[in-house]
Amino acid sequence: MRPILMKGHERPLTFLKYNREGDLLLSCAKDHTPTVWFADDGQRLGTYRGHNGAVWCCDVSHDSTRLVTGSADQSVKLWDVQTGTQLYSFNFNSPARSVDFSVGDKLVVITTDPFMGNPSTIQVKRIAEDPADQTSDSVLTIKGPQGRINRAVWGPLNKTIISAGEDSIIRIWDSETGQLLKESDKESGHQKTISSLCMFTDKSHFLTGSADKSAKLWDTRSLTLLKTYQMDRPVNAVAISPLLDHVVIGGGQEAVNVTMTDRRAGKFEAKFYHKILQDEIGGVKGHFGPINALAFNPDGRSFSSGGEDGYVRLHHFDPDYFSIRM
Amino acid sequence: MAAAALSMPEIENKAMNLGIDLSTIDFDNIVLPPGDDFGINSDDEDILHEEEAPEFETGYGNVIVVDNLPVVSPEKFAKLEGVIRKIYSQTGVIKEGGLWMPVNPDTNMTLGYCFIEFNTAQEAKEAKEKTDGYKLDKSHIFVVDMFDDIDRYMNVPDEWTPAEIKPYEAGDHLQHWLTDEKARDQFVIRAGTVTEIFWNDARQVRPDPVYQRQYWTDSFVQWSPLGTYLATVHRQGAAVWGGKSTFNRIHRFPHNQVKHIDFSPGERFLVTYSSQEPSNPRDTHRVVLNIFDLGTGKLMRDFRGSVDDFTTGGSGGLSGISWPIFKWGGGKEDKYFARIGKNAIYVYETETFILVDKKSYKVDNVVDFSWSPTDSILALFVPELGGGNQPARVSLVQMPGKVELRQKNLFSVSDCKMYWQSNGEYLAVKVDRYTKTKKSTYTGFELFRIKERDIPIEVLELDNKNDKIIAFAWEPKGHRFAVIHGDGPRPDVSFYSMKTGGITARVSKLTTLKAKQANALYWSPAGRFIVLAGLKGFNGQLEFYNVDDLETMATGEHFMCTDIEWDPTGRYVATAVTSVHEMENGFHIWSFNGKLLYRIPKDHFFQFQWRPRPPSLLSPEKEEEISRNLRKYSKKYEAEDQDVSLALSEQDRKKRRSLQEEWETWTARWKQYHEEERELRLQLRDGEASDDEGSQEQYEAKEVEAEEVLDVHEEIVD
Repeated sequence: MRPILMKGHERPLTFLKYNREGDLLLSCAKDHTPTVWFADDGQRLGTYRGHNGAVWCCDVSHDSTRLVTGSADQSVKLWDVQTGTQLYSFNFNSPARSVDFSVGDKLVVITTDPFMGNPSTIQVKRIAEDPADQTSDSVLTIKGPQGRINRAVWGPLNKTIISAGEDSIIRIWDSETGQLLKESDKESGHQKTISSLCMFTDKSHFLTGSADKSAKLWDTRSLTLLKTYQMDRPVNAVAISPLLDHVVIGGGQEAVNVTMTDRRAGKFEAKFYHKILQDEIGGVKGHFGPINALAFNPDGRSFSSGGEDGYVRLHHFDPDYFSIRM
Repeated sequence: MAAAALSMPEIENKAMNLGIDLSTIDFDNIVLPPGDDFGINSDDEDILHEEEAPEFETGYGNVIVVDNLPVVSPEKFAKLEGVIRKIYSQTGVIKEGGLWMPVNPDTNMTLGYCFIEFNTAQEAKEAKEKTDGYKLDKSHIFVVDMFDDIDRYMNVPDEWTPAEIKPYEAGDHLQHWLTDEKARDQFVIRAGTVTEIFWNDARQVRPDPVYQRQYWTDSFVQWSPLGTYLATVHRQGAAVWGGKSTFNRIHRFPHNQVKHIDFSPGERFLVTYSSQEPSNPRDTHRVVLNIFDLGTGKLMRDFRGSVDDFTTGGSGGLSGISWPIFKWGGGKEDKYFARIGKNAIYVYETETFILVDKKSYKVDNVVDFSWSPTDSILALFVPELGGGNQPARVSLVQMPGKVELRQKNLFSVSDCKMYWQSNGEYLAVKVDRYTKTKKSTYTGFELFRIKERDIPIEVLELDNKNDKIIAFAWEPKGHRFAVIHGDGPRPDVSFYSMKTGGITARVSKLTTLKAKQANALYWSPAGRFIVLAGLKGFNGQLEFYNVDDLETMATGEHFMCTDIEWDPTGRYVATAVTSVHEMENGFHIWSFNGKLLYRIPKDHFFQFQWRPRPPSLLSPEKEEEISRNLRKYSKKYEAEDQDVSLALSEQDRKKRRSLQEEWETWTARWKQYHEEERELRLQLRDGEASDDEGSQEQYEAKEVEAEEVLDVHEEIVD
């Protein structure tokens, strides 16, 4: 089907997230205002006003009532999804890069950037049931990895936290003690900054994308490398289909190098790969800047991509997509 | 490692004898006296020895010794010193206190020689070159030597010892790659710091690695014209590699700071070139050219001089040289090589390495020349002179003897370019002429039939005379040529044949393809097929065209493509994007008819080159016989192809199956974990039953109409 072009952001997209039911799509961009859209027809439903910097990441609670957003304005904000009111703001002394709700939505893991001499951190905050009782105390703070931590997510049963970032190593931490449990192998692992990490719905495996022009699939429990998808461009965004054995990988020539000659030169397509066979299935063109964000609808029947060009493109798959034979 | 390494018990015994307690010694802190390794070779020693022995600067490289000076008394000492200073200040800057004339302490007379220290070694060298043999007067002729050379002269033994005759060593089989059972071709690529050689295994649709090496070359690699050697270029010189199983170094050709290399077409000689920045910016670059014998590795002749001597008469200036400087003639026997100079062509014979007839071939104002690829025939171009009073001319000259075979005068010419057909049968001269107003130019061709009696010339003009010529190419070994012509973004491509019109053959057009996105022509080395390529501005459009049937076989695109090269047999085409672009680096291999076989992405991709093949040993009759009975011969290969493709698909299936099975075991384990954790997960969700996995609940979009009273306002309506 023709993609739905959603023009609501004025700056490059940074992150996309569907709620569990798949009826809402949340988008973050560098223009300070996270936006919520109808995932079916791409209508804009509303915005969350209050941030004063680029918004890097967001997550929505299981019951689609709470939204958490991390921003370069050094705050992580908690919102009411329906009304758009800000419920709470966690303040930090450096930009917040990623946020992720735990199973049960009682905890949220936040990463902060290295900034003004402060090292990067992974912090766990408890989310109170009643926003009035909310405090800013951290349950756990992990320091250690060098450079930015681009993404930290919860492992199965909230027992572990998986982090990845500029030092190109994936780490698994104990979410109780903050102990480092596992590190990815330097040889077989990524060679450059890991830009994105996407967890499969049952949290059994996850996909990482890196500036080393590859995406890799890992076992969440053992951190064994399962698959590698070799690309010809730096990877900024990855997503795993919840329905078929497909992964979608996006990226492109770095924004600073993009020339105006031909949009094909930058490789701004979202590429589909067969998750198991690692073969390329196809590509979806359209953006005229690198792809920064990708997300599958939880039903696996549509996906959306967000680009440096400021657009969100919402694609509903045609029937032939579901009958692709490899 | 050290050959004489001791075993551990031996060391312990020795230590005991010497009364040393080994446990108290910190081995890491033992420092050997400098320059002594106690016979222990370090691991990288042999690598060190293998490299060129480094040239040590003794510190006297800038000192020369001037001998045969007059012997003078102290009264005349100052005067002589003045004279010497004057002579040598012309060639360079003498260091302060750098002129020393020793004096015999008994007689107070000078000893007849002096030492001069210059600022740089180069100045010293120049001074030696310029003043060796300088006549101060009749009886005092300077003998100038480098100070460093004196030592060497002293070490020459007085008695001659016969050179040792080395036992004969069987050489490596240098053409082994031609015996490949599957008749595949090799190619070399350079990406990043790694140089790799592959077989092009089109049946398996992938390259098959042969050899790879990091830091193999400092700048580029180059196959010799018949594919025997691969040349690498280093700071210290060039080297050629080859051999049966792997690539061994066959010869090294020392040439400091070598920049360009060039093989003679018959692989007998290698030309190396370097140029050196002058110390004085007003001077020109100094150029060194060496010609080596590839078989023996011996230096046959060297040429030195300033850049000006080697740039062509016409252009000249600081623009630099056009490589290759020496063009080889006389076909595969490499009989002659020639370079252009001011008002002359210098033709050398390889038998003696001196000028043919011991003198250069004078041609006033010659600006360009080229050899026939097969015969010792030179084609020369002399531009118009005297404001058009003297016409421009193209002439063909037979070597040796310098017999002019044919000459053609041309009027109001702005430029000429010569294109030889690969068998030397035809020569096309592209002539750019001024229009009557002299404001613009138009182009025509002069076509020489070299092999016919009296060398008839035909003039060919395009249908539209004003079309610009974008590219021209002869069909290799054939009688056709292709021209891309036209203005604007979509030029036309025309094909012409030299063999139409019965007994007295005439050139005529075969067809014109209108409005093509092409700006480069790549004929198959076997002829008949051609790739019309749109490089640069056209972003890599490719059209595979069959000239026999005048039909397009396929079109393709290799986005951003920069280089195209046919394999030497004309079966495959390689298209590459080299690192002039940042993205898309790598190469694609196509079949001759435009089917994309495989693509290999490589970051920092610098070079792709097919390994050339020597010409076929089959006679033309035999070749014809084979092509007539092609069906008979090809049967065997078709069967083989079938087998390979069957095996390949079987392999592929197996691999897929095993991947799928592997994945299934993983997912089974994951599912199990997931089941086990179900209870815990429910707890985490406060017993909320909607554990979404498995039971995909569908949301329904419902239209809900909500009315909200925003404001109630009462107004009295009159």
